[in-house]
Amino acid sequence: MKLTDKHTDLTIRAAHELLKAKKISSVELTKEYLNRIKAVDSRVRAIVTVTEEHALEQAKKADEMIASGKANPLTGVPMLLKDNMATKGIKTTCSSKMLENFVPPYNATVVEKLNQAGAVMVGKANMDEYAMGSSTENSAFFTTHNPWDLSRVPGGSSGGSAAGVGAGEAIFALGSDTGGSIRQPAGFCNVTGFKPTYGRVSRYGLVAFASSLDQIGPLTKDALDCALVMNVISGHDKADSTSATEAVPDYTKGLTKDLKGMKIGIPKEYFVEGMQPEVDAAIKEAIRQLEALGAKVDWNVSLPQTPHALAVYYIIAPSEASANLARYDGSKYGFSYLDTDSMWEGMEKTKQLGFGPEVKRRIMLGNYALSSGYYDAYYLKAQKVRTLIRREFDAAFEKYDALVTPTSPTVPFKIGEKADDPLQMYLSDVCTLPVNIAGIPGISIPAGFAKGLPIGMQIIGKPFAEETILKISYAYQQVTDWHKRRPEV
Amino acid sequence: MKLSREEVIHIAALARMGISEAEIEKAREQLADILENFEVLKEIDTTNVPPTSQSIHLQNVMRDDIPGDSLPAEDILANAPDREGDLFKLRPVLE
Repeated sequence: MKLTDKHTDLTIRAAHELLKAKKISSVELTKEYLNRIKAVDSRVRAIVTVTEEHALEQAKKADEMIASGKANPLTGVPMLLKDNMATKGIKTTCSSKMLENFVPPYNATVVEKLNQAGAVMVGKANMDEYAMGSSTENSAFFTTHNPWDLSRVPGGSSGGSAAGVGAGEAIFALGSDTGGSIRQPAGFCNVTGFKPTYGRVSRYGLVAFASSLDQIGPLTKDALDCALVMNVISGHDKADSTSATEAVPDYTKGLTKDLKGMKIGIPKEYFVEGMQPEVDAAIKEAIRQLEALGAKVDWNVSLPQTPHALAVYYIIAPSEASANLARYDGSKYGFSYLDTDSMWEGMEKTKQLGFGPEVKRRIMLGNYALSSGYYDAYYLKAQKVRTLIRREFDAAFEKYDALVTPTSPTVPFKIGEKADDPLQMYLSDVCTLPVNIAGIPGISIPAGFAKGLPIGMQIIGKPFAEETILKISYAYQQVTDWHKRRPEV
Repeated sequence: MKLSREEVIHIAALARMGISEAEIEKAREQLADILENFEVLKEIDTTNVPPTSQSIHLQNVMRDDIPGDSLPAEDILANAPDREGDLFKLRPVLE
């Protein structure tokens, strides 16, 4: 089946124009997307819970908003939410047995904001359990398939969000990114995926993985759609004390067709050993196009701390995760092992049976790094090297407006290829991890194909320079059409 | 290199997480592989470098303690694995 079935290949703007001009109602549009899900999701498997009834109710309300002239760009637009964002009255599973039947009593702040804007949620997207993974193979339920080649992974952890948008099951999606979990799957599924500055988007109601690294962001068809979603979800939130108080600009302003005066650095450490030559060639070609658009490119930037980011990340993230996941003790919500009279046995069995292998591995890693005798050598040391990584970025951004790198060293790999080798799996995030460690914004945009498989380009910016990143992405997408290519699912 | 059985059992116990024999054996190897990769950090000079625990420079976010609405008890208890009336039911902490 080709993707261009009627209206299931729209950008947010195109959908908005059709809705505003009353050429289609949100209920009709939502039904088309629900039908699309029925037609393709048995193969792609992007969605854990299809929220048909809820979506049609929301679509009806959106149509009322449109009729009363209160439509904004997201009103009536079908979208997917990664299943680690709390949705009141709708299961939020984190793709874990632990939360398989968990129904949140409240909405995440991003969900409240999308509701107010009138967006229509058609489903909750599959992910690696607790957002730990790079392929969705760690989902306790099923693996999502890459719409470009169903035998390959969609990336992760926001693999369901990326595959869902890539396969035309929704117009946009939200994901979360702790070490690359929006950007890497966006690169693998040929969509635009944005991790904003840490604190730019409220984390209230996002199931915590690593609290100093987690950030919510959009997965969209292109940079302009990304700006439209950012306009709705960004901003300070009283309920998240780590959310940033900086004013939120209109992210669609300032997008231009040329990049005159823009200074871009290419850090050589991101073109790692073992990188596929097709990826290397595609990214270098894309950079030459940025040059042609007027950007001044320095091809010879060095960020020597880059190779240390992997170790820093895999100490800090599991340490924070081990603290965050201690709450799943089977007492207040989630899976609980009840077949014992012993409190300790109940707690131990709850975790043993409720968590999957990768989550348990990270809990153990975190406990090891934080345990007496190892704390200084691992956790404290990693936090100090984190400072060095951040300083190196700060120094680079005194000279450059943005840095450009590949999103991942390879195209999507085969399902099962790395499933038994955690270290190999971790390496697929080497280009994205440093960005979370430094807390700065980064995007992945489509930048080419190798043997029919998508290649993503990462653009990294200064803290709160989301506009610069979107500007570069937008200008690039005016002269390329990689982002317009669709898979045949 | 492999972690010892005791080390793996110790860190699982710190997390109050049960672990099977097969899981212990797998963890001994996989965790050691990952930990070996952390060794690179030892060679980095971090003298006088302060640790970074979060990346934006917020400190001590304070607010007035104003009571607001709470979620209805029934909504919260709806997810309870075990309950008795309006209470979460747990196993005895003291024998």
